[in-house]
Amino acid sequence: MTTARERVLGRVRAALQDVPADEPAERSLQRTYADSHGMGPTLEVLVDRLDDYKALVRRVRPEELAGQVAAALERRGAQRVVVPSGAPDGWFAETGVERVPDSREDPLPLEALDGVDGAVTGCAVAVAESGTIVLDGEPDQGRRATTLVPDYHLCVVRAEQVVDAVPEAVRMLEPTRPLTWISGPSATSDIELDRVEGVHGPRTLEVLVVAADG
Amino acid sequence: MSATFLGIPPFPEAAHTAVEDSQLRHNLRKATHTIRDKRGQVVDELGDDWSALRSEGAAIKEHTLRHLDHYLEQVEDSVQRAGGTVHWASDAAEANEIVTRLVHETGQSDVVKVKSMATQEIELNQALERAGITAYETDLAELIVQLGDDLPSHILVPAIHLGRAQIREIFLQQMAEWGVPAPPGLTDDPRALAEAARVHLRERFLSTRTAISGANFVVADSGTLVVLESEGNGRMCLTLPETLISVVGIEKIVPTFDDLEVFMQLLPRSSTGERMNPYTSMWTGITPGDGPQEFHLVLLDNGRTDVLGDTVGRQALRCIRCSACLNACPVYERAGGHAYGSVYPGPIGAILTPQLQGMSSEVDKALPYASSLCGACYEVCPVAIDIPEVLVHLREQVAEGPGHTGEKAMMAGAEAALSSPATLDAAQRAASLARGAVPQHLPGLAGNWTDTRSVPEIPEESFRRWWKKRGGERS
Ligand code: SF4
Repeated sequence: MTTARERVLGRVRAALQDVPADEPAERSLQRTYADSHGMGPTLEVLVDRLDDYKALVRRVRPEELAGQVAAALERRGAQRVVVPSGAPDGWFAETGVERVPDSREDPLPLEALDGVDGAVTGCAVAVAESGTIVLDGEPDQGRRATTLVPDYHLCVVRAEQVVDAVPEAVRMLEPTRPLTWISGPSATSDIELDRVEGVHGPRTLEVLVVAADG
Repeated sequence: MSATFLGIPPFPEAAHTAVEDSQLRHNLRKATHTIRDKRGQVVDELGDDWSALRSEGAAIKEHTLRHLDHYLEQVEDSVQRAGGTVHWASDAAEANEIVTRLVHETGQSDVVKVKSMATQEIELNQALERAGITAYETDLAELIVQLGDDLPSHILVPAIHLGRAQIREIFLQQMAEWGVPAPPGLTDDPRALAEAARVHLRERFLSTRTAISGANFVVADSGTLVVLESEGNGRMCLTLPETLISVVGIEKIVPTFDDLEVFMQLLPRSSTGERMNPYTSMWTGITPGDGPQEFHLVLLDNGRTDVLGDTVGRQALRCIRCSACLNACPVYERAGGHAYGSVYPGPIGAILTPQLQGMSSEVDKALPYASSLCGACYEVCPVAIDIPEVLVHLREQVAEGPGHTGEKAMMAGAEAALSSPATLDAAQRAASLARGAVPQHLPGLAGNWTDTRSVPEIPEESFRRWWKKRGGERS
């Protein structure tokens, strides 16, 4: 008896009789398209796009970061936040908010994650043109659930992590890691096409963009 | 894939009042024009680069299709290396059987689902139901459609035919039956409705151990699956459960991870008209300690290899389901998604459905005529599918086939939808053809029409009114 696998592959091969046998199966990108589109100064573009998505966004200098983290959590009224194990302690030097650690090795149960007031993480790459932050599960970004279940996500983006456009970002990413691309808070336009920010993902996304010149 | 039913008013009876018809027309117009404008802006913003991206996108997909056997084997290898299990399904029945068995093996009787056209195509929810498994749709529009026992009408905004007041009614009446009830004071403010959906599904996401998804892309070299979404229900389904089962058509493959450079620009801009959709998840097999620890990929043929074998029609398999062609189409704008009688509506549905199903029924044969060949669909298609070329090609097949006397009458379909009440007569002849092809019990495109109900007779008079409402009038 033939298996479904043999059946499907057999049908595919039968369907492709017109393809010359010596046509190479591998293909590399021609890349006649641009790496980026000259939309403006990288960080300004990123801030503009995030703002457009109704994310809260601030540019800060490195020495202001701890104060700004504290201020953001204070504005949010957060008491307890989940923090992936690899997030730098320095971020929290000026806040008294309780930090609940989480990691792949020692994950919080879902109910506990559902009970915290927010998540504070870093990121792998950010894309200015599309206002996108990419998380790749490294220890400063944590498990995917950490930035999904709590209703508030505070993300620290360092200037050197920001690229202009999507092609540059894709080249920097490691496909075998779990990747989450985030462009603003969760949203829906399913009801009469009126955009509503906030459905199942965090309803508030706040971004601190850290650059030496602020 | 099961029978289509062009010509049957595939709405619940309640949707047939004149008021709701004008609501439908109004919603459709607003939706197609709004998204079309937004798309135009974000596409123009990239200047000449758009056409470079479009050629590359088309070339990647075309190349993959020409070597699909090679890439299918590569996908299988990469996904298994990354800890996933790959299953092959030559048709809907096999795919449903595999998924049902996998869910049974988890010991669960509830699954959460993230919007997937492939699983609609194979009627997975109905198959699961027969096996005692309840599938909960989690995309807001799919939730509305499921609670309302209705059918999707647009690829991107499946509930676009419903207004906020109707959605409020559906939530108030149906949510309790499916889980957490709607709050008693629920208003029809979209914010309140979205909040009700959040509360309704929250517990479900946190407690359900098995999820079913589709995918926008499957990357052959890395074994990565990609899902683009907006609401976060996708992330919930792809992240929180212990077992994830993804059902994916064999045409969704791209060769390399780098190809996403192209598609992550083409798809969001073409689809929602955004520079980027709020969330995209990419996962490769399993990651210890993060996300589902069991992952199954079901590779689905179900007619796709027939499309592949037609050198003109093959290009339909490049489709990345962005829905730009729906929003650009003057016929879709007037006829609405349900008129296509298929999970794939609009111009892409008009070329994909008859090919997937082999043009065996009069209904399928009528679909290639649901167009005026104006070419707007080709202009906006991010992978440059020449839809008019395929339509003409399929019309030739219909004309060459047996019993093609209906051609002239079917041709009237698009005309009637576009302009002239004078063609109504001809359109009705097309309808009688469709009527002749409608079985009393559809094997079931959508559950609402299958297990529990018999298909209503199409009364001459109400069809006339229906067709006229949808297309016969000038707008
Ligand atoms: S045919 Fe082209 S425009 Fe239409 S949905 Fe598919 S990719 Fe988009």
